[in-house]
Amino acid sequence: MKLLVRLRPIAFIAALLVAWQLAVNRHPGYILPGPWGVVGGITDLFRHGVLFKYIVASLFRVTWGFGLAAILAIPLGLVIGWNRRSEIAFNPLVQVLRPISPLAWIPLAILWFGVGDASSVFLIFLGCFFPLLLTAINSVRNIPTVYINAGRNFGLSSTDLVYRVLYPAVVPQLLIGLRITLGVAWLVVVAAEMIAVDSGLGFLIVDARNAGNRYDLVVAGMVIIGLIGLLLDTAMRSLEKVKSFRWAYSED
Amino acid sequence: MSSAQAANPAFAEGAKLRVQNLNLVFTRDEKSIPVLRNISLDVSEGEFVCVVGPSGCGKSTLLNTLGGFLTPTSGSVRIDGEIVRGPDPRRIFVFQERGVFPWLTVEGNIGFGLFKLNVSERQQRVAHYINMVGLQGFEEAYPSQLSGGMKQRLEVARALAVNPDTLYLDEPFGSLDSITRHVMRGELLRIWEAERKTIVFVTHDIDEAVQLADRVVVLSDRPAAIQKIVHIDIAHPRDISSPRYLELRDGILQQIGLAHKI
Amino acid sequence: MNALAEPNKLEKFLWPLLATALFFALWHYLVIWSGTKVFPAPFQVEKGLLELLHKNVLWQDIGSSLRRVATGFGAATILGIPLGLALGWYPAVNQIVNPVMQILRPISPMAWIPVAIIFFGVGDKAAIFLIFLGAFFPIVVASINGVSNVPSVFRRAGRNFGLAPTQLLARVVFPAALPQIIVGLRLALGIAWLVVVAAEMVAVDSGLGYLVIDSRNSGKRYDLVVAAMLMIGVIGLILDLGFRRLERIKSIRWGYRDGS
Repeated sequence: MKLLVRLRPIAFIAALLVAWQLAVNRHPGYILPGPWGVVGGITDLFRHGVLFKYIVASLFRVTWGFGLAAILAIPLGLVIGWNRRSEIAFNPLVQVLRPISPLAWIPLAILWFGVGDASSVFLIFLGCFFPLLLTAINSVRNIPTVYINAGRNFGLSSTDLVYRVLYPAVVPQLLIGLRITLGVAWLVVVAAEMIAVDSGLGFLIVDARNAGNRYDLVVAGMVIIGLIGLLLDTAMRSLEKVKSFRWAYSED
Repeated sequence: MSSAQAANPAFAEGAKLRVQNLNLVFTRDEKSIPVLRNISLDVSEGEFVCVVGPSGCGKSTLLNTLGGFLTPTSGSVRIDGEIVRGPDPRRIFVFQERGVFPWLTVEGNIGFGLFKLNVSERQQRVAHYINMVGLQGFEEAYPSQLSGGMKQRLEVARALAVNPDTLYLDEPFGSLDSITRHVMRGELLRIWEAERKTIVFVTHDIDEAVQLADRVVVLSDRPAAIQKIVHIDIAHPRDISSPRYLELRDGILQQIGLAHKI
Repeated sequence: MNALAEPNKLEKFLWPLLATALFFALWHYLVIWSGTKVFPAPFQVEKGLLELLHKNVLWQDIGSSLRRVATGFGAATILGIPLGLALGWYPAVNQIVNPVMQILRPISPMAWIPVAIIFFGVGDKAAIFLIFLGAFFPIVVASINGVSNVPSVFRRAGRNFGLAPTQLLARVVFPAALPQIIVGLRLALGIAWLVVVAAEMVAVDSGLGYLVIDSRNSGKRYDLVVAAMLMIGVIGLILDLGFRRLERIKSIRWGYRDGS
């Protein structure tokens, strides 16, 4: 019985795919491919050696942009969040810069970094920096005062307070923030590649359409983007499940 | 006649609430866990019955079954002769204060169950019960602005407003401090004497049970069975230092297996 | 100075002012020191802003962007909340539908552009569709979580008072889930604002996003570019603050940790 329940979502997806294929079959001249066409597109990309090359390119940019943002934003955010005055000071600046879509920075990015990898990494960095900064600031603010008071009560030095109270207290929230921001990075890289570079999955979509209306490749690209995005998210979630981080979720 | 039935003066007449051979078994994965064992109980109309027992024995489960939120594995629960099949506004539950709806004001909460009345009837009813529980002046307040005791009164008012026959209270004063609890007990008795609802009240506090109830049902450890039903034959207001009170209370403590000297 | 003490009202005004002034000063001196001919200094941006206002272009573009957001976000709300409520209410249905959502969700709205153009042609409708996509998933997820986090005490009380399932949904589950749904809406609005700018850079020829690209393309007017960027930031902030106001309403505030 349990197996049947597990299979239901797969059956649902299969039903959707069938409906999609039937819709395509009814309009043979229509540009959009059916699922079979998409599979053909994926094999095409694979055979031309382009699939992995593009996936790697996109992942490469994400790693750099996301990594740089994390290394800068998290320590900065923790420091800012610890001191109430610094948080008040920087809040307006951050709140105004944050809603500016990374893509709106493209002219400046191209001005500073030219067209190519560096500017797309810069865009991803921007897209990740502010959310991570805010996550770090909020995670410090959300530490229950009782923990800090208890730490001081037991005579902890400042450094000890940071290692033995602050760090364990903020890690669960940081992990969630990292996972969500990784999702954002994945969205930004695709968008950035559609506009500013010439490799990667985003570029694939634009190029496939421009150079010959290969919509089977377009949709193939979309499917791959979705799957890899899902994979990244699942990987981060399993990190959250690592036992030493689980304590914050146990109270429910 | 079993001893339980002998202690029940309502048995001869038709009882308001009749529980017969109630059994409840939880099945989880492959294991079955018996929780309630062969419970039989009669409660007459307007009676105040308390259910006490060690923590985790299944008191709340029993109450939930009486209220229709759980289905018995075997046996029956009848109110006015009808089998209980599900929750019903004629028997309202009072949970601990967390049952109050935080997005409604005091008025909104009390008026919650009154959707069948027209506007002026509802307003009258709400005003009446606000006065009865002593929340005048707080009509537009939200629960977050009320103290624990006040939230508890609000929940009682909400329950009473729909004019149920029976009230089921599941450790309603559990999260209050002991002074407030003391006051609330008096309030509850005052309301009960005014409206004479049938009340089944679950508590882990034996003193509370002896102070409030006409009869106290003592449950055993899990699976819960009725160990004893004690008839509290002291008239209200009860003196909690009187010898008879202490005698009854100590008897129950002993029944549960607790020492009365610490 | 106690690092953890709550600062007084004057300080709440002073420190941000100081930091912002420092920021502008730094910007100004960097421009001078680097001798750049292209990148604007703060006062040049200000002039650019006034120029845009003068030419009446700014308000039109702001209006276009807001209009698209309103339509796309509105559609996402109208479709997303009921769907999320239904999925949260029937976990079995959720189990079936969720995997499809999890695959569609990481696909950047921008990646949908070719498909959108096929269905809607180049222009407004395609942009609105992208905004809809960006806002839809966060709203559905927030609604699902809102419903599943309703404490069972509330549901039981509702049933106890004799509410039929539709009444239960409307009078208990929905108000109880509302705080989380509103937070989801606020986040989705933020996303919508990001997407509209991106969509306008590619698929239409009006709006703030288009202004950014166009200012650069027709004449390398970086002062206008930065001016448009600042407008984007400010308006995005205003939208966010507006929604936070909503979260302070008493019948919603109860649902947040420091809401009382």
